[in-house]
Amino acid sequence: MQHIVIIGNGISGVTAARHIRKNSDHQLTIVSAENKYFFSRTALMYIYMGHLKFEHTQPYENWFWEKNNIDLKEGFVDNINTDKKVLNFTNGEQLSYDKLIIATGSKPNKFGWPGQDLDGVMGMYHKQDLEKLEKYAPNKDICKRAVIVGGGLIGIELAEMLRSRDIPVTFLVRESSFWNGVLPAQESEMINKHIKEHHIDLRLNTNLKEIKADENGKVKSIIIEETGEEIFCDVVGLTAGVTPNIDFIKQSDIETKRGVLVNRFLETNISDVYAIGDCAEQHKSIGQRRNIEAVWYTGRMMGETVAQTICGNKTEYKPGHWFNSAKFLDIEYQTYGWVFSEKSKGEHETYFQWQHPKENICITISYDKNTNRFLGINTFGIRMRHEIFDKWLTENQSVEYVLEYLADANFDPEFYKLHEAEIVAKFNLENNTSIQLKKKSWKRIFAKA
Amino acid sequence: MKLIKQTGLILFLLGLTIFTGTIFTGSYNLTKSELDNYIQEKGYKSEIIKGQLQKAVVTKEPQNIFEFSSKVRTAFETSNTYYDNLIAKYDAEKNWDKKGEQYQYKIYGKPHTLSYELAKKAGTGFTKNKSSLAWLLTFGLGIIGALLFIIPNLVLLGKPGIKNDGIYLESATNRGWIAWLVLIYLVTFYLVLYFMPDYVVNWTYILDPISNFLNGGDASQWFVYGFLYCTIMLVMGVRMYIKYRHNKYQIVRTTSVLFFQIVFAFLIPEIMTSLNMPGYDFKNAFPLDYDFFFEWNLDSLRNSGGIGIFILVWGIVLTLIIVPVMVYFFGKRWYCSWVCGCGGLAETLGDPYRQHSNKSLNAWKLERWLIHSVLVFSLVMTLVTLYCYFSGAESFIGIKSQWIKDTYSFLIGAWFAGVIGTGFYPIFGNRVWCRFGCPLAAYLGLVQRFKSRFRITTNGGQCISCGNCSTYCEQGIDVRAYAQKGENIVRSSCVGCGVCSAVCPRGVLKLENGPEEGRINPTEILLGNDVDLMSLVNKK
Repeated sequence: MQHIVIIGNGISGVTAARHIRKNSDHQLTIVSAENKYFFSRTALMYIYMGHLKFEHTQPYENWFWEKNNIDLKEGFVDNINTDKKVLNFTNGEQLSYDKLIIATGSKPNKFGWPGQDLDGVMGMYHKQDLEKLEKYAPNKDICKRAVIVGGGLIGIELAEMLRSRDIPVTFLVRESSFWNGVLPAQESEMINKHIKEHHIDLRLNTNLKEIKADENGKVKSIIIEETGEEIFCDVVGLTAGVTPNIDFIKQSDIETKRGVLVNRFLETNISDVYAIGDCAEQHKSIGQRRNIEAVWYTGRMMGETVAQTICGNKTEYKPGHWFNSAKFLDIEYQTYGWVFSEKSKGEHETYFQWQHPKENICITISYDKNTNRFLGINTFGIRMRHEIFDKWLTENQSVEYVLEYLADANFDPEFYKLHEAEIVAKFNLENNTSIQLKKKSWKRIFAKA
Repeated sequence: MKLIKQTGLILFLLGLTIFTGTIFTGSYNLTKSELDNYIQEKGYKSEIIKGQLQKAVVTKEPQNIFEFSSKVRTAFETSNTYYDNLIAKYDAEKNWDKKGEQYQYKIYGKPHTLSYELAKKAGTGFTKNKSSLAWLLTFGLGIIGALLFIIPNLVLLGKPGIKNDGIYLESATNRGWIAWLVLIYLVTFYLVLYFMPDYVVNWTYILDPISNFLNGGDASQWFVYGFLYCTIMLVMGVRMYIKYRHNKYQIVRTTSVLFFQIVFAFLIPEIMTSLNMPGYDFKNAFPLDYDFFFEWNLDSLRNSGGIGIFILVWGIVLTLIIVPVMVYFFGKRWYCSWVCGCGGLAETLGDPYRQHSNKSLNAWKLERWLIHSVLVFSLVMTLVTLYCYFSGAESFIGIKSQWIKDTYSFLIGAWFAGVIGTGFYPIFGNRVWCRFGCPLAAYLGLVQRFKSRFRITTNGGQCISCGNCSTYCEQGIDVRAYAQKGENIVRSSCVGCGVCSAVCPRGVLKLENGPEEGRINPTEILLGNDVDLMSLVNKK
């Protein structure tokens, strides 16, 4: 029996712990500083919006950890001594380990803006950020305006949060259109429009110059780089991406770049030390993935994988086909396979796109224009089956095949209006094809790949 | 818009206050001949009750329902005490003949029922004389007020989508003082309705014209309840249409429960009554309809000619064939959240409280014990009743038929289904009865769990464990626990309301009826991670 210590109780660390427990009787300790019990970070927004209480974001009841013999240790690790295999905490405590898993996640980016550490300036990542927001923006009387800097997934969520309490929001986005480094123009523009429909003051092509303080050291206003305009506000949300949370590792012998460098077995350069989740950085990218992936699912998958290795079944981290999802205010987004934006897509990649004439529903299918191989799909306002697309990607199906069987992939609730016929008709018209849409078949849907 | 909403709230509260206040109005007096007729009708032989009642109700003095009720109940008890004493006396004297004679003078039934029946004849006053005006001031104001409060949400809530903002920030929906007030009001309402119907006899006057129009007779307290039930479901149904207008499943489902409540549970039985048939709710399946096999019902059906026999056969076929076959194809949702009246109220009036169901493992354990116990209780009761009905015996396997029926009606029928089931909505959620108590739900659940095509499919690896699905599951299912493991949900308690799927921000959940194979899909590793599962299993 070995003592496995996991630093960080996010989805990566907790998944690793659960799977190690399933497959072994190693002693397990999870170290955390943010909150004793695991909670779902992605749900913090819903607490502020009043959809949930904090307890609802905890996927396991509090007795779960003791019952499964997983020790929870609250504390902040100051440094790691990999020679002696000891963690030193900021309060002087020590904890020795046989194997160490680093799963410390991310922290919000700050780019050295003047005033970025003032009161009222915050990210939206930690539980403590939520507490700060509740303090500085409890309602629209105390927070007369908020400015959000950075047009990504967290930025739009923070805007949605603040709007749920009718707080006026100015949203500064560096790009010429929302998230257009990732989304094709059709979709990015639809989201721009939707943001404005929610009465959010969206400023595209706009950068932050500085944040100004009042006499008490609290945010008073921000200055815009391009125009010099001053916008008065009580809260500034910095949501310009995240970066691995590994400052305490920098002095150790563990090799780091932006994140903790790991090989395909999630091992660091030091034996018996592993890194998973947002804080791990692959030496070489896997497929078209980034070296650092700050995504819920990849954290969970790395946790599943490293647990196998630690339990004696050495397993390579092999993420399958890319997938993801998000929600932009009222618009749900799912993606399977790779759809790159116009800016970053390759020479051979081309789109087929369809958009609903009135509602916020659209899709983009990316395929190889030489071979017609299906590469990926973005769907907005339509839910799709993960299993089906995973199978089609594995089978290297063509775009025609995907369209022909598109009804099988639909995952919208029952009675929803389906759009496959219009989608296929548009493709036929544009490409001079005569694809006939097949009716949905349970047999195909549940056939094992 | 906000102004309209506030006006609506004020009108609604005004209507509710007047409605509640009518209880205290009116005067209750009978003439001597009216009383004599009643006593003759009832066949009371006790001279004591005659005299006592005469003193109590044949008077010109104005008296409200509480004074009236108190006097009538005293008369009831004085008379019975008198004969009980005689019985005890003759018993001590071993004078069996005399003792036996006294029993014919005893009054059976409940004091409040006697008081209700007399009061229904005795009342005069505002609600009786001006019932249309009274209707406008109570139901009318309430409906208009509630609609004015609800309809502005079409604009105020913004574009179609999930509308749960502020639920845990507001007193009414976060177990605050408003929620407790509502609980007290609802519990009191049910206690009075079930156990002190005479106190609300004024409400029956308000609905007498409507009742007369529908079934040719005056309204009873059950007519009031039925009418109120439909009205509340309709008004709160409008709220559902607005709140979930982006979700077609919710729209269709809400329409279905409204239809079945208003047409099947309310209109058809009333019309049948007006045609001298037994009023029957064709969708109310045994054992939820627990008195279907009671003697009085069987006798009434047998004496009602062809329609009675049809109802008898239909009732049995409904429970034994239609219910399980439909559950096999569609899950228990076809009944619990598409057809059932209890479910209908839970899905309309109860929707603002759905988040309060307890999701802990302990609550799940309690649920399984309780609901299956009630199922067994209802079956034992029916068995005893039927045995006694056909054999003429008074008890079976040592259980008295009358006792077990009374106990079940009181504990399960009145307290569990009504007082607790609906009264506790604002604190314990809207499906307390359906989850912990309903014997039909238990039966449907067993079929759903073990032999059904229904499941909630989990969409591969998309779950982010946010907890919206679990929080808004009215049945207290920890939906997330399955979704985050990539497992389908096939729990017996799921009523298929579809809200987990609606509130999911990542499109993870879908209610569907598919092949049984692969319906239950335990997974070691979620989709998206290409760990070679076979080698993993082989190495173990």
